Amino acid sequence: MRLAMVIDTKKCVGCSDCVVACQTENDVPIGYCRDWITETVNGSYPSLELELRSERCNHCDNSPCVRCCPTGASHYGTGGTVLVTKNECIGCGACIESCPYDARYQHPKGYIDKCTFCNHRVKEGLLPACVSVCPTKCMYFGDLDNSHSEVSQLLRNRKYKTLAPEAGTKPQVYYLI
Amino acid sequence: MVSSRRKFIKISALGLGGAAVSAAAFNFLSGSTYLDELVYAKVTENYKKTATYCEVCFWKCAGWIYSDENNNVKKIIGNEDDFQCYGRLCPRGTGGVGMYTDPDRLKTPLIRDIVNGEETFREASWEEALTLVASKMKAVKDTHGAESIALIKHGEPGGHFEHLLKSFGSDTVAEPAFAQCRGPREIGFKLTLGSWVGSPEPTDIQDTKCLVLIGSHLGENMHNTQVQEMSDAIDRGATIITVDPRFSTVASKSKFWLPIKPATDMALLLSWMHVLIYENLYDKEYVEAFGLGFDQLKDHVRTFTPDWAYGITTIKPEIIRKTAREMADAAPAVIVHPGRHVSWYGDDSQRARAVAILNALLGSWGRQGGFYFKEALKVPDFPQPAYPKPKWTWRELSAKYPYAEMGVTNEVIRQSIPAEDVTHPVKGWIVAGCNLPVAIPQKELLLKAIDSLDFMVVVDTMPMEVTGYADVVLPECTYLERWGSIRSSTGREPSLALRAPAVEPLYDSKPAWWIAKQLGEKLGLHDYFNYTDYSEVLDWQCKQVGTSLEEMLKIGVKNYPRKTGPLYINSNLDYKFPTKSGKIEFYSEELASIGQPPMPVYTPHPEPEKGFYRLNYGRAPMHTFSRTANNPNLNDLMSENCVWVNPKVAKIEGLNADQYVWLKNQDGVISTFPIKVRITERIRFDAVYMVHGFGHDNKKLSNAHGKGISDTEMVTKVSIDPLMGGTGMRGNFISFIIENPNKNI
Repeated sequence: MRLAMVIDTKKCVGCSDCVVACQTENDVPIGYCRDWITETVNGSYPSLELELRSERCNHCDNSPCVRCCPTGASHYGTGGTVLVTKNECIGCGACIESCPYDARYQHPKGYIDKCTFCNHRVKEGLLPACVSVCPTKCMYFGDLDNSHSEVSQLLRNRKYKTLAPEAGTKPQVYYLI
Repeated sequence: MVSSRRKFIKISALGLGGAAVSAAAFNFLSGSTYLDELVYAKVTENYKKTATYCEVCFWKCAGWIYSDENNNVKKIIGNEDDFQCYGRLCPRGTGGVGMYTDPDRLKTPLIRDIVNGEETFREASWEEALTLVASKMKAVKDTHGAESIALIKHGEPGGHFEHLLKSFGSDTVAEPAFAQCRGPREIGFKLTLGSWVGSPEPTDIQDTKCLVLIGSHLGENMHNTQVQEMSDAIDRGATIITVDPRFSTVASKSKFWLPIKPATDMALLLSWMHVLIYENLYDKEYVEAFGLGFDQLKDHVRTFTPDWAYGITTIKPEIIRKTAREMADAAPAVIVHPGRHVSWYGDDSQRARAVAILNALLGSWGRQGGFYFKEALKVPDFPQPAYPKPKWTWRELSAKYPYAEMGVTNEVIRQSIPAEDVTHPVKGWIVAGCNLPVAIPQKELLLKAIDSLDFMVVVDTMPMEVTGYADVVLPECTYLERWGSIRSSTGREPSLALRAPAVEPLYDSKPAWWIAKQLGEKLGLHDYFNYTDYSEVLDWQCKQVGTSLEEMLKIGVKNYPRKTGPLYINSNLDYKFPTKSGKIEFYSEELASIGQPPMPVYTPHPEPEKGFYRLNYGRAPMHTFSRTANNPNLNDLMSENCVWVNPKVAKIEGLNADQYVWLKNQDGVISTFPIKVRITERIRFDAVYMVHGFGHDNKKLSNAHGKGISDTEMVTKVSIDPLMGGTGMRGNFISFIIENPNKNI
C-alpha cells in the first residue's frame, strides 16, 4: 500500500479550511500548523497566472527526516506514511533542518510534530480532516498501489507535478496542474 | 474520472451518518497494522455531538459540534444532509470553535458610569443591567413613543430583539445588510423579474455551463454551496467569465478575465445587451413570451456598442463580443451572478436591473443551469397575542426612498440627529450583532447620532468597537452555547435546521432569547414570552411541521419535498412573473412614473485625482468582516489586511514591499493605523484593494487591535441610491503617507 494525496490546483481557492480543520482535529496549538497555503503569481498585469496550493508533509518514499533522526522517532508507518513517535523524540530538530518542504515544527511540549495523514482517522475508515472538509473538494486521498483508486486514476489522466522533485525525496503529495 | 457531489452523497448515504462518509471508499485499511499506537487518538473519543447551524456568517450551514465532558468544544463538522453545506463547512465554520474559546469575550453586563470623574464601564449584575435597560425603554416610550426606539441588527440574535421591540410597540428595525450591502440587487431584480434574489441566491451553479461574475469574488467570499458548486463546474469544464479590476482567485480559474476599469460596469452590461440583441443571440421565445418593453430596450442599447464600451471600460470590443457569444452559447444554462455586496456607486439598483435584464435576454431566470425557483417551509410563530400597531415604522422612517423594502440604517442614523428635516425622531438604539463603526460609512455622522441618543444598548459576544459607545453592554453567549431560532431556509428543497447548545455558556454570558425574555417581563410583556425555556418554542414549532425537538436533536437537518411546483419554468410559456405586469419588465413604467430612468443608463462616476487611487475592498475566505478578526483560530490564518498595489504604482509612489504606510483619503481623513503594502501584479494601476474588517481600535480585542486598517474609516463619501437608500461606498480615493503622521503628537 502506498498512501498518497492528490490536490487539484485548478479547484483550490486557498481558503485555508484545511489548515483550521487540521488544527481542531489534531489539537495543533494556535500559532503552529501542520498544513498551510502558498500562493504563486506568474506574469504581469493583465497576463497572469495564479497557483494556490495546500501544502504539508509529503510523506516521502525517501525521507531525509527519517534518515537523519538519531533516535528512530521518525519512522515509516503503514502505507509509507512518515510518522514521529512522540516519546522517542528528543526534539533535536535534525529532521526540521533536513526537510526540503519545511513541513515540521517543534511543538511547545518539546517533540517534533507534523502531518500524519490523519492516521487515526484513516484507521477508522475516514478521510484525513483536510480532505474531508475542503469546500472545493480539490483534495483526494488513497492508495497508489491500487490502480483503481481515485488517486491512481487522477494521476493517470491528469497532468501533475510534485514539489522539489530535484531533492530526490520521492514526495507522495501530488498537485494536478 | 472525478466523482461528482451527487455520487459523493450517494456514497455517504451508505455510511453511518456524519462521520462515516468514506467508509466505503477506505475500508481497505481495516484490519491493517497501519496505526502507530503511540500517536493513536480515537477520533470520536467520548465526544458528544450536538446539532447546530453556523453563525460565523449569514449562510447558516448546518453542522455538528463535537464537545468533551469538560465543556471543551473540540471541533465543528458540517451536516451531510444539509443542502447549504453538503457536509463541508468553510474555514470560518470550522474555526467557529474560536468564537467560543476567545478569551477576549464579553464576560459580564457592563454599565457606563462615572468613576473618579471619568466615564468608564463597571461590571453589573444582569438584574441591574436589565432593570436599567427596561427603565430607559419605558422613559423613551413615555416621552416620544415606543417607535423612537430602533433596533439595528444582524444575524439570528437580532430576531429575538425584534420580537421584543414589536411586542413593546416599535417596528423601527434596520439592518446594514440592506442599505450597506445587498439591498440594491434585491430591488433591481424585483423591479425587473418580480422577486428578490434572496439568500442563499438561487443560482443553479451545479448545472450551469457558463458562470459570469461581475464584482463577485466567489472563493474569496466563501458562500459555501456556491463555492462547492463552482468547483464542480470547473470539473465539468463550465466557462467562467470574471469581471474584476483585480485578478481575484476566481479570475485565475476563469476562461475570460475582464480587468475592467473600476466604476464602469454599467457600460459593459449595456454593451453585452447590445451584442445579444443586435447579433440576434438572445432567447427570442423566452423574451417574446415573458418580456415587456423589449423594443424600447432594443432602441435604448442601439448605440451602446462594444466600441463605445471599450473607451469607457478598457475592455477590448472583441472580448466583449466573444464573452457575450459565450454566454449565448451556454444559454439558458448561464448565470450572470447578481453579486452580494453591491452598494458601490449610488446607481446600484439600476446596475442590478441591468444584470437582471441580461439574464432575461439569455432566458436564464427559472431555467436549469440558470436560476431555480427557491422554496422554503413556513414555520408558524409560537402562539402569542398580536403585536400592538405602532404609529409609524421603519417604512415611514425610510419613506424618502420609494423602494426601501427594509429599514435603511443610514436613515435611522439621520433621524437620530436632531434637525429640522427629522420626521421620525429616534431616541434609543438596541444594537445586536452589528459592529457599526466598522460596518457603516461616514463615521462622523454615526458618532453624532450616537451622541444624540437618550440611550444605547449593545448586545454582542465580543468587545467590538460599538460596545465602547453603549450605555449598557449585554454579553451574549456564542451560538455554540444556546438554542437558536429554527432555520427554515430557501433552496431547491425546503429544509429545517436546529441549533442546540453543546456546552454551558462561559462566564456570565446569556442567550439572546433569554435576554429578550427578561426585558419583556420587566416591561410587562409576559404574554409575548410565554415559555420558560426556548426549547419549548422550538418543540412547538417542530411539531407544527411534522417533526419534533427530539427528532431534530438526532438529525440536525430535515429536508422536505417541494410543494410549489417545478424548480424551473420548463416549457410553461404561460408562467406569470411576480412583477406588477406579470412580465419581465425590460422597460419599467413604474420607474418612469416616478421620474427615474425606465431602463438602465451609464453615468460616469468620479475619478481619482493624480496621486489618488480608488479604494476597493472585499473579503478573505477565512474572515467574516470584523466579526472574526479576533477569533484565535482565524486570526492565526490572517491577522491583518494589506493594501494591494500595482508595481507601477509602487514605483511612482516610492513604496517597498511589506512596508507599512498610512492612507489619506480625498477628504483628508488619515487612517488610524498603518497598513502593510502588498506589491502585486494582481491589481490595476488606478485602484488599490484591501480586505474589509480590520483596523480595530478597541484594545480589548487583543489579537486584532491595531492590525491593518479599516476600509470603512476611509469611506467618508457615499453616493446614495435614490431608489432604496443604499450607500454607495466605492467612490473614495486614497493616497499614501510614508512618514508616520502621528509622530509629532
